[in-house]
Amino acid sequence: MLLIRCPYCEEERPELEFRNAGEAHIARSTDIASQSDEDFEKFFFIRSNPKGLIYERWRHIHGCGRFFNAARDTVSDKFVLTYKAGEPKPDISRAANDSGPAAWANRPPDQLNVKKPAARRAPSKKGKA
Amino acid sequence: MAGTYRIAGKGRLTPARTARFSFDDQSFTGIEGDTLASALLANGVHLVGRSFKYHRPRGILSAGAEEPNALVSIERDAARKTPNVRATVQELYDGLTAKSQNRWPSLSFDVGALNDLASPMFSAGFYYKTFMWPKAAWKSFYEPNIRAAAGLGVAPDQPDPDHYASRFAHCEVLVLGGGAAGLAAALAAAESGVRVIICDEQAEFGGALRFETGTKIDGQEGWAWAQATAARLAAMDNVRVLPRTTAFGYYAQNFVGLVERVTEHLANPGQDLPRERLWQVRAKRVILATGAIERHMVFADNDRPGVMLASAARTYLNHYGVTVGKNVGVYTANDSAYAAAIDLKKAGVEVAAIVDLRDNPTGPVVDEARALGIEINHGRAVVKARGKLRVSSMVVQPKNGGAERTIPVDAILMSSGWTPSVHLFSQSRGKVAFDDATKRFLPGKYAQDCVSVGASNGTDTLEASIAEALSAGEKAAKDAGAKAAKAVKLNAETSEGWTGGMLGAGPGAGADTTVKAFVDFQNDVTAKDIRLAVREGMRSIEHVKRFTTNGMATDQGKTSNMHGLAIAAETLGKEIPEVGLTTFRAPYTPVTFGSIVNHARGPLFDPTRKTPTHPWAEAHGAVFEDVGQWKRAWYFPKAGEDMHAAVNRECATVRDTAGLFDASTLGKIEVVGPDAAKFMELLYTNPWEKLEPGRCRYGIMLREDGFIYDDGVVGRLAADRFHVTTTTGGAARVMNHMEDYLQTEFPELKVWLTSISEQWAVIAVQGPNSRKIIEPLLEGIDISDAAMPHMSVREGKICGVPTRLFRMSFTGDRGFEVNVPADYGQAVWEALWAEGQKHGACAYGTEAMHVLRAEKGYIIVGQDTDGTVTTNDAGLDWAVGKKKADFVGIRGMTRPDLVAKGRKQLVGLKTRDPKVVLEEGAQVVADPNQPVPVKMIGHVTSSYWSENCGRSIAFGLVAGGRDLMGTTLYVPMPDSVIEVEVTNMVFFDEKGERLNG
Repeated sequence: MLLIRCPYCEEERPELEFRNAGEAHIARSTDIASQSDEDFEKFFFIRSNPKGLIYERWRHIHGCGRFFNAARDTVSDKFVLTYKAGEPKPDISRAANDSGPAAWANRPPDQLNVKKPAARRAPSKKGKA
Repeated sequence: MAGTYRIAGKGRLTPARTARFSFDDQSFTGIEGDTLASALLANGVHLVGRSFKYHRPRGILSAGAEEPNALVSIERDAARKTPNVRATVQELYDGLTAKSQNRWPSLSFDVGALNDLASPMFSAGFYYKTFMWPKAAWKSFYEPNIRAAAGLGVAPDQPDPDHYASRFAHCEVLVLGGGAAGLAAALAAAESGVRVIICDEQAEFGGALRFETGTKIDGQEGWAWAQATAARLAAMDNVRVLPRTTAFGYYAQNFVGLVERVTEHLANPGQDLPRERLWQVRAKRVILATGAIERHMVFADNDRPGVMLASAARTYLNHYGVTVGKNVGVYTANDSAYAAAIDLKKAGVEVAAIVDLRDNPTGPVVDEARALGIEINHGRAVVKARGKLRVSSMVVQPKNGGAERTIPVDAILMSSGWTPSVHLFSQSRGKVAFDDATKRFLPGKYAQDCVSVGASNGTDTLEASIAEALSAGEKAAKDAGAKAAKAVKLNAETSEGWTGGMLGAGPGAGADTTVKAFVDFQNDVTAKDIRLAVREGMRSIEHVKRFTTNGMATDQGKTSNMHGLAIAAETLGKEIPEVGLTTFRAPYTPVTFGSIVNHARGPLFDPTRKTPTHPWAEAHGAVFEDVGQWKRAWYFPKAGEDMHAAVNRECATVRDTAGLFDASTLGKIEVVGPDAAKFMELLYTNPWEKLEPGRCRYGIMLREDGFIYDDGVVGRLAADRFHVTTTTGGAARVMNHMEDYLQTEFPELKVWLTSISEQWAVIAVQGPNSRKIIEPLLEGIDISDAAMPHMSVREGKICGVPTRLFRMSFTGDRGFEVNVPADYGQAVWEALWAEGQKHGACAYGTEAMHVLRAEKGYIIVGQDTDGTVTTNDAGLDWAVGKKKADFVGIRGMTRPDLVAKGRKQLVGLKTRDPKVVLEEGAQVVADPNQPVPVKMIGHVTSSYWSENCGRSIAFGLVAGGRDLMGTTLYVPMPDSVIEVEVTNMVFFDEKGERLNG
């Protein structure tokens, strides 16, 4: 179960308290009634579905009830950061790269080891097999 | 002495504290502290089960959680039968009753063992290749019979009478595994003052110290140190010590599932104790001290009872005081099995020979064995075990072939080395790396805030393990926020070595042989099967695994994975890391459904919601139906009435005089604020700005895609206050939908939303006499037609309590909905009921409500609509504000497909034979005689017998339905074709005169 930081409550709470609400930063036109079919299709149907970083909406439904936005890595499930609804898309390139060796780790745990066994990875033979 | 194989003076149990138990109806005596396995071995019992596929006799392989063979059923009573319990972890209690599994008629004579003779047929992938014809027979014949013949224990057939507990816990440092390394790490972390949890699957802490004899820690013998340290930790306020607790799953962000077996070891567990306790722990740092598991040797008939792991034999001797035989042989490729031979020899047990695959083993243990007079055959292999129900001899041969020699033995102790337990590390999404020097997978790249120590990290000596664990414990505590660390120092010394060994099939079980050399005991997978899988084209270890089922049994290949991998790699001509290791998944060992389901069963499976008048309805004989989580009164049968009669009476009574209906389940939302009307304009299709306070309007809510999402009557209580009702099922999602738009699309609006569904009880009083029933109880509300017309709302008092009184009708007759604070719901209902009795009113349930609304053509969103119905499809275009510039769905509803011709439209359907009632969901066709595939043009959404109309009535969604008025369509049913006429949807009081009647 993931921990998600609610930017309104300003603390990490278990995933159970939250509900995903789809991709973020898709603005509803203030003149939606006169939107072309193509524009409405883009607004309503087309989603990016990336492998990697996604901006999405979450609601702290069993907490403060607020909707907020999050940047999450769809591969590792790591929440890079969360921010309040209405705030601009943050630049997260630094935060995203600052993940160390692990999806959730803050530092390389192998530093914790007194002695690291001589583990050696065999060279990758991708493409040969 | 409890058992003839018990050796006086050996072991740590107290011989005087005996416990009786039975196995397959035979009585035995063991000692408290025994496992079922040690108690059976003490009585000379090795044969404990039959194998999964071939029904081969099987004995006890291990002394721990990795046990693949010794699976038994433990029976406490008729309802408490637990199958597939590993005898090696089941603690003995007085009166324990165990039964062997997968055998008939008896364990020693099992008819199913014919499978063993026919085994050339049962090769890997056998089930995929055979039984393909006739196709239909798979489900009805082959599969049931195969399942009956194969398999393990039998699931209990009665409800589980036990209860299970669940706890959430948080800590800075969670230590998984309570061997030497785990205890040292926990101690170091605990001394810094942070919250520590340490768990171990065994009843006592100590891990491998249970069998090791040559260890000294902090000046004490290893096992004694472990007990003292566990006690020291348990006495600390910041430490929780959990024995008999398995960490079974490692989930995201250091969320770890533990299951604590609370009563499995007790003879008479009290009813107040939970059988198991599920711990869901969130830890800042996790220390994995999960140890290592010894591997068996792969040779012909290595599954005979009496063939077991060397460390297991040591455990039985050194901890339980039990020898596994009187004349044992040892087969090894490393040093650690020598210790077993030495311990047994010193205890007075004959050691027939040590067979060592290595050419010239040297070292202190080899010298010691030799000094004790044990024969050492190096450069040789055991190529076969003889004996059937118990091993009788081992056949020894030089490893490169040569003369065979048969050595009589009654047990073979084997070791091909130790596999670090990286299961939980792998579950944490960490990536293992192959260490070529030691031929094992070790924790490589970490994915979470955890660290491996000790044997699970490939650290081979006790000294290094403890140093590593102390350092990791201290660092984990510091990283997790410990302020002052107090360094813990422990001196450790040992004469034990864990290095070396071999992987894969041994001599005599090579590619040129057809012998049964088992790799995976529990799933009956042999070396030959794995080679066959490779020959048949399986290249990835994941495919080999699934084709052979190697590692797929309940033991998840704890002893077999590495051997299987090595054989596959050898056959493929690849290196082990190229073939790859399969991913370990939760659970580490089987977890009961009980502990996972926990409290969430029976009435606690899902919350039950009851309305304030529920007790009254119950007392008046209501039959309830489930509507979501709600219990709603369905109908109120009088003596002798069936549902049909009751509903007919209720429907007639409402139209005749009046009826009372509990509408409290309706969703209710208060929309308040200076921009409330503006917000309502945006969320509903209807116009709201001009609705006068005191008036109501039927509102329709769309999704952005233009389809109907919900509906309900909305009353405007004041310029800035709306009382919105929603469908019963839609209450929560409508609230979410409103909040979503308010918070994210229209945040500039000054509006506050409050769910008031549970705050107001709603009593609908409907029928010509409804006003007469309500009037005497009201204060401050004039409900004459002039003062309070249809679709209006007033606030005042009823029976002395505040009310929001709606004049509205879901029956088509004059009607009111009395909203009162929920706590007064039943009292007001009873007062209204008493008034109603004066006018012959009845209570009616949801079924009559459905019929009455259908008579009037009122739809139910979710029954007559399905998420693809537009306002136009439903004939509700009148409810869409034509002049509005924006509302949710305004653009979606003009999409080309939503305005295209030929869409399904909601219409009335009258059967030509008025007595025939259509089935809801039945398909509608234009021509019943057309060839297959028949073109279906619609379906029936609502259908009832209407007593008031004297005929059946129905709605249907029919393509172009409104253009088909008066035409005949057909509803084909299995036994007949029903003719229907397309009509409008109002079947009763078409002019609507009864609203004021």
